[in-house]
Amino acid sequence: MNTRADTGANTGADTQATKGANGIEIENLNVWFGEHEDRVDAVRDASLCVPEGGSFGLVGESGSGKSTILRALTGLVPTWSGRMAVLGRDLGRRRDREFYRSVQMVFQDPYASLHPRQSVDQVLGETLSLHGFHDIDRRINKLLDDVGLGPAFRFRYPHQLSGGQRQRVAIARALAPEPRILLLDEPTSALDVSVQAEILNLLVDLRAERGLTYLMVSHNLAVVGHMCSDVAVMQLGEIVETLPVEDMRAGRTTHPYTRHLLQASLGEMAAGA
Amino acid sequence: MSISDPEQPNVSQSWRDWLLTDTPTSRRHARIAALYQGWLSFRGNHMAMFGLFILLALVLIAALAPWIAPHDPFAQDLATRLKPPGTPGYLLGSDGLGRDILSRMIWGARITLYIVALVALVAPIAGLFVGTVAGYAGGWTDRVLMRITDIFLAFPRLVLALAFVAALGAGIENAVLAISLTAWPPYARIARAETLTIRNSDYIHAVRLQGAGPLRIITRHIWPLCISSLVVRVTLDMAGIILAAAGLGFLGLGAQPPTPEWGAMISEGRKFILDFWWVATMPGLAIFTVSLAFNLLGDGLRDVLDPKEGSQ
Amino acid sequence: MSRLLDVEDLWVRFPTRSGMFEAVRGVSFSLGRERLGIVGESGSGKSLTGRAILRLIRPPGQVQARRIDLDGHDLLSLTERQMRTVRGQRISMIMQDPKFSLNPVMRVGEQIAEAYLLHANTSRRQARQKTLEMLEAVRIRDPERVARLYPHEVSGGMGQRIMIAMMMIPDPEILIADEPTSALDVSVQMQVLDIMDKLVRERGMGLIFISHDLNLVSAFCDRVLIMYGGRIVETCAADRLHEARHPYTRGLLNALPRLDAPRPRLEVLKRDPAWRDEPGVSGRQ
Repeated sequence: MNTRADTGANTGADTQATKGANGIEIENLNVWFGEHEDRVDAVRDASLCVPEGGSFGLVGESGSGKSTILRALTGLVPTWSGRMAVLGRDLGRRRDREFYRSVQMVFQDPYASLHPRQSVDQVLGETLSLHGFHDIDRRINKLLDDVGLGPAFRFRYPHQLSGGQRQRVAIARALAPEPRILLLDEPTSALDVSVQAEILNLLVDLRAERGLTYLMVSHNLAVVGHMCSDVAVMQLGEIVETLPVEDMRAGRTTHPYTRHLLQASLGEMAAGA
Repeated sequence: MSISDPEQPNVSQSWRDWLLTDTPTSRRHARIAALYQGWLSFRGNHMAMFGLFILLALVLIAALAPWIAPHDPFAQDLATRLKPPGTPGYLLGSDGLGRDILSRMIWGARITLYIVALVALVAPIAGLFVGTVAGYAGGWTDRVLMRITDIFLAFPRLVLALAFVAALGAGIENAVLAISLTAWPPYARIARAETLTIRNSDYIHAVRLQGAGPLRIITRHIWPLCISSLVVRVTLDMAGIILAAAGLGFLGLGAQPPTPEWGAMISEGRKFILDFWWVATMPGLAIFTVSLAFNLLGDGLRDVLDPKEGSQ
Repeated sequence: MSRLLDVEDLWVRFPTRSGMFEAVRGVSFSLGRERLGIVGESGSGKSLTGRAILRLIRPPGQVQARRIDLDGHDLLSLTERQMRTVRGQRISMIMQDPKFSLNPVMRVGEQIAEAYLLHANTSRRQARQKTLEMLEAVRIRDPERVARLYPHEVSGGMGQRIMIAMMMIPDPEILIADEPTSALDVSVQMQVLDIMDKLVRERGMGLIFISHDLNLVSAFCDRVLIMYGGRIVETCAADRLHEARHPYTRGLLNALPRLDAPRPRLEVLKRDPAWRDEPGVSGRQ
């Protein structure tokens, strides 16, 4: 499966200017929480680069700082230093609406990422109107179709949806502004395996159709191996190794921690096979 | 799911299905179905239904006061003063000026509702506003707003209300204002606590990622979630508010005679409390009943609106 | 094989507005001195089965069974008081997240000792001694120090090991572990399972291992029950799970992405409504 990276970038007219440019560039990123003696360094000196249309995975255990990188990128964590650029534009302290039109995020827990008192219609409608769309009615139905839900789900509340359906709504919300980059924060770790397969297939299809760039965070090497072409392994806030997925599959790793992770997840699988 | 089912007996059944559906077909349908399901779980709580029934009766009595009150509440007749309950024409007796207690209580229901409605409008909205802004903004805004709240909380409610009334002058509007001013800080605290948990949730992050500003997030996303717990709290506090209003009336700082406010009526009955018990007791019973009804209703509402705290 | 536990025709029901919801529908299985895995997706009734055995289903939920037999005693006919001595002393349960199972204001050492004192008639001193031994048994390097910690001061993996120590200290015959490692990182997961495995085997206990993770269960258990829609749809030896025949089990296995065998698309499980209605399989031996 070598159809990655360069498949998608030729959609729309404006891609010409940015073609070949990097979707996401992060250099020497430090992220911390708290000040002075309470300061905790969540990410230290991380650098990574995702080509436009590419798909990049960040793996590591809980507390390794992988989700923090996504949160810093989206502006949810303001305390960072270093350089971050999206689609060739350097990011400052504030993100404007233009940024959010090109970068969107899907959260880990679909039970926590939808407002409990808002119907699917309200969630998508508000998102669309915030981004200045006018044909909201048509777009909501289109979005629901795109994520495989259909118009019957439009007026349901989150409690009337299953976990997988909620995650589809969350994906529809992220797709609403027609972004070019999707940040995926463990999008299937709260779901059953059969639902996980559906969501992962959906994400693969969407990327192929729209030429999206993915930056995916996961603790599950198999999921990242399925979705991404390159992987960065994080431990205790640092990226210890960046390698193509093929190398990881073949066990061509240099860092002992990568090997350890690989063994832990392959060991479990081999014992079952 | 056609509502115009040709088979007559099934019409109510299909209405029920329409209301209980998990697959609403329009915005209005979804909202009505959600309301109906809330109503169903509320209906299961008999005590809360009892409370609601009393309060509806109170509203009805207040609305129909001119027609159901047997006497003019202000008409004095010294010839029939201090008649005991059961006297023909004076079902609950008469007071020291010969006015019919029943009629005065019926008219007093209007005043009680007026106080309740005004306080319920002013205090929680002020509290909601202060609390959510403080909770969402954090930092200095939070510190300043919360210290102000603390200052208000540090005064005993009735004493502070007394001070306000003393400054503003006695009267029912001023009493309401004074009660509201002392009632909002707890709501601000609740709203802030809720906001602190809500603001870090993923669905708030998600709207921030759509570029929504703080004003929109507070009013469209945080308020709807705070309101349910505030409604519950206000309902449970209503008893206290009625009592505070009655207390001010009793102290002569609330409604002024001859207004038939229940607290003021008790105050007037105080002079005769040993010999003519009914003069003070009857309005007292009314206050008791309405306060109890609000408490029962609040408990029921909590189970519906706030399932995480309710007794499940 | 000697039977420790024998469950026959277990039902768990919850009344809802739209009628009775049957969460577990006639499950039968037995447990010997073995590691029995129960796998299924959320809503399959696997966790409720575990809880129903310990009678931890609260009203309005209803538990019904022809029998739940522990050494010739029917658990359903015991009083609540007798049931309390069964829980912990004879059947222990480990839950998913240690954060919610440990008392946050009590030092972990005290909690473990308390669990021991509740069931064994000994002195505090001895309980403390036993606590330290137990912490060592779950491979905690510095038991003296860890015993003095509060639950929020320990990591997830260590918390789960402490839970295991606490559940094992009264020497139960049966351990029910409900997703004991799904809140943990992969590398810690294996370690915790290893510890649990060793203790269970050394003491000749029966283990019911409830999980959604097929690979984990097939690697760790002796026998597996696959649950769907409140019924057991298939039962097999754990090492033959990959030869399972039921389309549901097959579908679950194929839905997993695999690092060693990449595919462009994952297979999607197509749920056949008939699965719900077909008769369940008995897991009794």
